[in-house]
Amino acid sequence: MDNKLLEIKNLKTSFRIKDDYYAAVDDVTLTVNKNEVLAIVGESGSGKSALAFSIMRLHNRAKIEGEVLFKENNIVELSPSKMNKLRGNDMAMIFQDPLTALNPLMTIEDQIGEALFLHNKKMSPKERRNKVIDLLNQVGIPRPDYTCDQFPHELSGGMRQRVMIAIAISNNPELLIADEPTTALDVTIQAQILDLIRDLKENMNAGIVLITHDLGVVAEMADRVAVMYAGEIVEIADVHTLFENPRHPYTRSLLNSVPSDGHEGKLHVIQGIVPSLKHLPRQGCRFSARMPWMDESVHEENPVLHEIAPGHHVRCTCHEHFYFPKESKEVQNDGIS
Amino acid sequence: MGFLDVEDLKVHFPIRGGLLNRKIDAVRAVDGVSFSIEQGKTYGLVGESGSGKTTTGRAVIGLNNITAGKVFFEGNDLTDKKNKMLDVRKDIQMIFQDPYSSLNPKKRVIDIVAEPLRNYERLTKKEERYKVAELLEKVGLSPESILKYPHEFSGGQRQRIGIARAIALKPKLIIADEPVSALDVSVQAQVLNFMKDIQKELNLTYLFISHDLGIVKHMCDEIGIMYKGRYVEEGKTGDIFTNPQHIYTKRLVAAIPDIDPKNREKQKQFREEVQREYEESYESYFNEEGLAYGLKKISDTHAVALPEKG
Repeated sequence: MDNKLLEIKNLKTSFRIKDDYYAAVDDVTLTVNKNEVLAIVGESGSGKSALAFSIMRLHNRAKIEGEVLFKENNIVELSPSKMNKLRGNDMAMIFQDPLTALNPLMTIEDQIGEALFLHNKKMSPKERRNKVIDLLNQVGIPRPDYTCDQFPHELSGGMRQRVMIAIAISNNPELLIADEPTTALDVTIQAQILDLIRDLKENMNAGIVLITHDLGVVAEMADRVAVMYAGEIVEIADVHTLFENPRHPYTRSLLNSVPSDGHEGKLHVIQGIVPSLKHLPRQGCRFSARMPWMDESVHEENPVLHEIAPGHHVRCTCHEHFYFPKESKEVQNDGIS
Repeated sequence: MGFLDVEDLKVHFPIRGGLLNRKIDAVRAVDGVSFSIEQGKTYGLVGESGSGKTTTGRAVIGLNNITAGKVFFEGNDLTDKKNKMLDVRKDIQMIFQDPYSSLNPKKRVIDIVAEPLRNYERLTKKEERYKVAELLEKVGLSPESILKYPHEFSGGQRQRIGIARAIALKPKLIIADEPVSALDVSVQAQVLNFMKDIQKELNLTYLFISHDLGIVKHMCDEIGIMYKGRYVEEGKTGDIFTNPQHIYTKRLVAAIPDIDPKNREKQKQFREEVQREYEESYESYFNEEGLAYGLKKISDTHAVALPEKG
């Protein structure tokens, strides 16, 4: 049985700044299988949300090249009306900030009902209300018939995020994209929301793309992980391999900068900052600027993804030589960028 | 008398309504909190949003009015009106949560960092410039950046400008309200390392407010856990993480995502167990109003909010 749900081939999303296009997502190739959580990790500015928006075709004025194959459609070339049929029905998205993503002037019932109505016009209002209550129940809202008539401002952050999830799953999507679904939430609520997403995966056999910068969340949730840096995927592996045997310098640096039991005292600091779109090096290893202690010769001229073990891909050859500097200077003079 | 002693602090916000907009009730944001910090240590205040941890921090520095209770800083009662004019205020500074909104976008870095200096010290233009450049260098920003505006900096750099402003007057106590929650992991590491370094260098004391237990564990010597304006548990970092007693603390500790995917199943089971225990024994840990009981010492350093009997 073919298990592939979404196939992204050489996707390139560019934004125009003045008269030039700059690629925020550069040559990304990925697959998402059914009943799988694929996590995409990276710092802000690494292009992970731009990738998600490209899959959903939510960019307004971006140039998108490449192929995104989903249910025998190439999303990149789909007409807007066909896209509207797909979006919210077969594929749905959970946005990062539930306060700005919900309409403050609509009741919860109307917001969830809208998603139902747009994809199934035959449903009667009564059926719709029942379905909304059912959905609210599913995402664990205590008094759904009461919450239905409330407005977003009356709900707490965790509740709002549940409403967002209810909207996203209202039409049983096969592909769910969660863009930092728990970043704005408290830990205990985060744990509940993650459990909820995990249950959805199992119950609906859906493929989930989880975008996050929290490596703890990745370790808890993901089946496979793609690490993104400056628009490129620098490493893909299944979750166990990635945490036990990370190869790419960026992955290793990220893992080392998280406070955990392993290392007391100093945390690793990645020198410099994520380059802005305009100043992105388009040639050579994009991460090289952030490990200046490494010799230039360890990088490839045009780094590609190498398969170093089945299913484990790493970009560039610099990982073979990479080491952490003994005394990393705590704070770098990166005042001018 | 210690360095900072907070005794039975209460901050209530009035709810107004009814006839003539009178006070009809109060939100008990902080409801009887006591703790003390030794000089040079980091004290962590942990809790979910709405638990009153930020209000506690703001009350200590004087940004919220205190309803009842006392705050002693080096033996001086900050709640005493007679001490209002005392210069202790300059010994306490704050680092704010969001580096994007805590710096005035219309001001240059030099004006932002020099503002506390202008309030308390009379410096000539030249001295001031020299001082600001020195401070920026201390936080790892190049001295040329003093004429730039905040939007020209990244999040981590902005947070460091905020820190430069906080340490300008050589304070003794810094209240850090979620100083890294708006930052990326790699930048978080940078700011946290940096905070530890200046702590050693300037012998600073931190009141570290955060909801991220991983970071609190990394940074703090002692921790207080708050729930609905009250303490549920207090102790050394080791006490809290290896031997949590209160069900609310257990639940918080269980909710931290484990960085090792191998422990996933174990972690999930543990979490379910704790959740079950939480639901079953909720009533034996909280009173009829759902609030925590008073703290009981269970060892020299460890106190838990438990009912009188049981």
